[in-house]
Amino acid sequence: MMRMTGQEWVSIGTLHDIPQRGARCVRNGDMTIAVFRTADDRVFAMEDKCPHRAGPLSQGIVHDGCVTCPLHNWIISLETGRAQGADEGGTATFAVRLEGQRILLALPCGSAAAVAESCDHG
Amino acid sequence: MTEKLVVVGAGMASGRMLEHLFEAEPNAFDVTLFGAEPRGNYNRIMLSPVLAGEKAFEQIVTHDTDWYAANRVTCRFGETVTRIDRKRKVVLTAGGEARYDKLVVATGSAPFIIPVAGRDLPGVMAFRDLDDVNAMIAAAEKPNARAVVIGGGLLGLEAAAALRGRGMEVVVLHLMGHLMERQLDPAAGYLLKKELEDRGIRIHTEAQTKAILGDERAEAVLLDDGTIYPADIVVMAVGIRPETRIATDAGLHVERGIVVDDRMMSSDPDILAIGECVEHQGICYGLVAPLYDMAKVAARTLVGEEAAFRPVETATQLKVTGVSLYSAGDFAEADDREEIVLRDASAGVYKRLVLKDNRIMGAVLYGETSDGGWFFDMLRRGTDVSDMRETLIFGQAYQGGGQLDPMAAVAALPDDAEICGCNGVCKGKITGAITGKGLASLDDVRAHTKASASCGTCTGLVEQLLSLTLGDTYNPAAVTPVCGCTDLGHDEVRRLIRAKRLKTIPAVMQELEWKTSCGCAKCRPALNYYLVSDWPDEYADDYQSRFINERVHANIQKDGTYSVVPRMWGGVTSSAELRAIADVVDRFDIPAVKVTGGQRIDMLGIRKQDLPAVWAELGKAGFVSGHAYAKGLRTVKTCVGSDWCRFGTQDSTGLGIRIEKFMWGSWTPAKVKMAVSGCPRNCAEATCKDVGVICVESGFEIHFAGAAGLDIKGTEKLGLVRSEDEALEHIVALVQMYREQGHYLERIYKWAKRIGYDEVRRQIMDDADRRKAYFDRFVFSQRFAQVDPWSERVSGKDKHEFRPMATLSLEAAE
Repeated sequence: MMRMTGQEWVSIGTLHDIPQRGARCVRNGDMTIAVFRTADDRVFAMEDKCPHRAGPLSQGIVHDGCVTCPLHNWIISLETGRAQGADEGGTATFAVRLEGQRILLALPCGSAAAVAESCDHG
Repeated sequence: MTEKLVVVGAGMASGRMLEHLFEAEPNAFDVTLFGAEPRGNYNRIMLSPVLAGEKAFEQIVTHDTDWYAANRVTCRFGETVTRIDRKRKVVLTAGGEARYDKLVVATGSAPFIIPVAGRDLPGVMAFRDLDDVNAMIAAAEKPNARAVVIGGGLLGLEAAAALRGRGMEVVVLHLMGHLMERQLDPAAGYLLKKELEDRGIRIHTEAQTKAILGDERAEAVLLDDGTIYPADIVVMAVGIRPETRIATDAGLHVERGIVVDDRMMSSDPDILAIGECVEHQGICYGLVAPLYDMAKVAARTLVGEEAAFRPVETATQLKVTGVSLYSAGDFAEADDREEIVLRDASAGVYKRLVLKDNRIMGAVLYGETSDGGWFFDMLRRGTDVSDMRETLIFGQAYQGGGQLDPMAAVAALPDDAEICGCNGVCKGKITGAITGKGLASLDDVRAHTKASASCGTCTGLVEQLLSLTLGDTYNPAAVTPVCGCTDLGHDEVRRLIRAKRLKTIPAVMQELEWKTSCGCAKCRPALNYYLVSDWPDEYADDYQSRFINERVHANIQKDGTYSVVPRMWGGVTSSAELRAIADVVDRFDIPAVKVTGGQRIDMLGIRKQDLPAVWAELGKAGFVSGHAYAKGLRTVKTCVGSDWCRFGTQDSTGLGIRIEKFMWGSWTPAKVKMAVSGCPRNCAEATCKDVGVICVESGFEIHFAGAAGLDIKGTEKLGLVRSEDEALEHIVALVQMYREQGHYLERIYKWAKRIGYDEVRRQIMDDADRRKAYFDRFVFSQRFAQVDPWSERVSGKDKHEFRPMATLSLEAAE
């Protein structure tokens, strides 16, 4: 598949959908993207896969700018996707923007559908 | 022949004197120690932190049973000496008499009780000993309780701040125009008043107490101006007077205190006196530093060495967490005196130095007190400060040009600079001991030099000396901190949560000065547990601070799927339950089913989004969560017991089910696994569980503190009880004790080892009142804990947790 340069911003929901110091998932084809909200309402996104043993980072505890993986306690920076401390490795991150309450996620051009189908928010 | 030494009074002065004595000549005397309190020597200065809940009483005990035994001291605590018969050389108590060759009177002081009507009512107390502290703590437990503290001096304000911290409404009545008028000038007194008022303490100055009102017990305090303050307790902290009654009765020379010479000898050469009960050159002392000097002198006099007590200058610090206040010397205004003042209102700093002939006479520091020791040192030496007048008030760091860091300031101190005022320990003695004796920790320094072992305000300086002397090899963390976000250990955090009544995670982090903005994956779950455990009715559980398993009530597996374990009470199931499980397995295509070590059925490989539906199906069959993921009660394993087994002595299955139904849903520091075996053959393997029961013909043997994981350890026996009801009460009380004291993630066997198996037995087996209290607190907390998380989730709570917030349909992928 050809990779194009540039980004495509997709609306994935509102800030309200994610608890503070928590995360929710976005399905993008085969990939799951974890979207995090920090205590001070910053939002980050990265692939939901710990660089260590592919643990679901979205299920970890969010603290300051990091998340601790639920499987073996690796600590991953939300901003860079890099493992902290003595551990080495990284996870792909995605740019995120807040437009008011709406969360926009940047995906590489051509990798996402133009319209996001939001799951029922009841 | 060894001489008989009798010591009357087991306070700070006599404890210190005995230490010096045994150091000098361990076998010179056969010592009998009398104390009116039913306990041995402890650090009375630290009663304020005990009242505030920042320290436990055990932490301020200076001499324990082992010490007395090692030095062959005959202890007669709780026995008041009523008379000295100097002719026969005996002291008399209600219980008998004791002969002496040498007698040391160290009766200390008695709190001054102002002679107003109602002073004898129950609820009126002093702030002098542990009994007073316990009475105040008990009073503070009542909701909305009110305290009136009479006396706005050091003790009164420490009591007021501690009681306020415990949630009481507090009023301080002070006779003079500003607080702590003996140590503070009006400006510093005002700042202190404002700080205390900001904490919700009401301060009434120029308050003349007229009477304490009440019939059965104290109900209010009436002032001369007609003001009435309602009160559940009235704390008198207006001052002390030397306790000299037995000396007066014995015909010794007594003025305000027992008159002693430089060798601490009274008018009878066989009787010495030390501490707050004595008067030396017309002065009575109430601070600890001179009392320790007296102790040293008295010990030397007793062994026949020359020694002389000299009057000393003293400095004062207020022990109220968050208030920094230092005062030394004399700062009254006079024509020949000058003052230098620094005010920084925004930083809440006030400093005032009083000089005479370019020498410091007095110093008051508020808000920023780190230079207190430096000023005090110059005050005592009479240092001429003319060369540094311009920058003097800014402190030591500003002398000699550029600003120095605190470490450099300590490094710059001369060897004979006093570091610990209480114990008169200078810098050279501390650094000498560190290098000479290879000391590596604060506790070592305290043990060898006594520096920072009394009021503890010089702890920072001592630590700086350790780190200056040892460099990087010094590790200040004597207590293992909870995590990198704080220097506090689990015990301190738990104690402070209760003492300061902290009820949210942000409140804990704010008040206890967390170093990170919102903690980490280590401390947040710990704090969440401590708050759930301490405030079961008020605290709102923070799901974002729980590990994923507890957040979704299932166990995460290596591939990100989950496993679900329904509760099977006591390991007993039925065809209907088994059928329901089989149906769920089929319907959700669950790849693996396994029986666990705790006699339950585990369904593995469930996708997160399927969890609510799996629970809904299981719920229809009557299942609730088995909490196989919880730091809480997991399973109670049982054998078939007397119902089926030919050896069974009791209904072990029934008891197991009963315990499980009573205790499920409770959170604990770490997981709790139990078992009940119907006979000593122990088929349920109860003797390697956190709590186990072995049924015997005569009743139920309760066991605890076993382990069969990373560590393997057989249980300790708690004791034998007769009935099932008793068994349940003891087990519940034991678990509640663990819930209140355990460190997060610390299993019962580690906790019990840390605090001592005997201590657990003492509190649970021997102390019925305490057991009942633990039991009741557990029952109270269960009112808020026994909610089935599955049915809660199925009904829609946090359902978003289980589904993606968005699905981006990607053409290439589908």
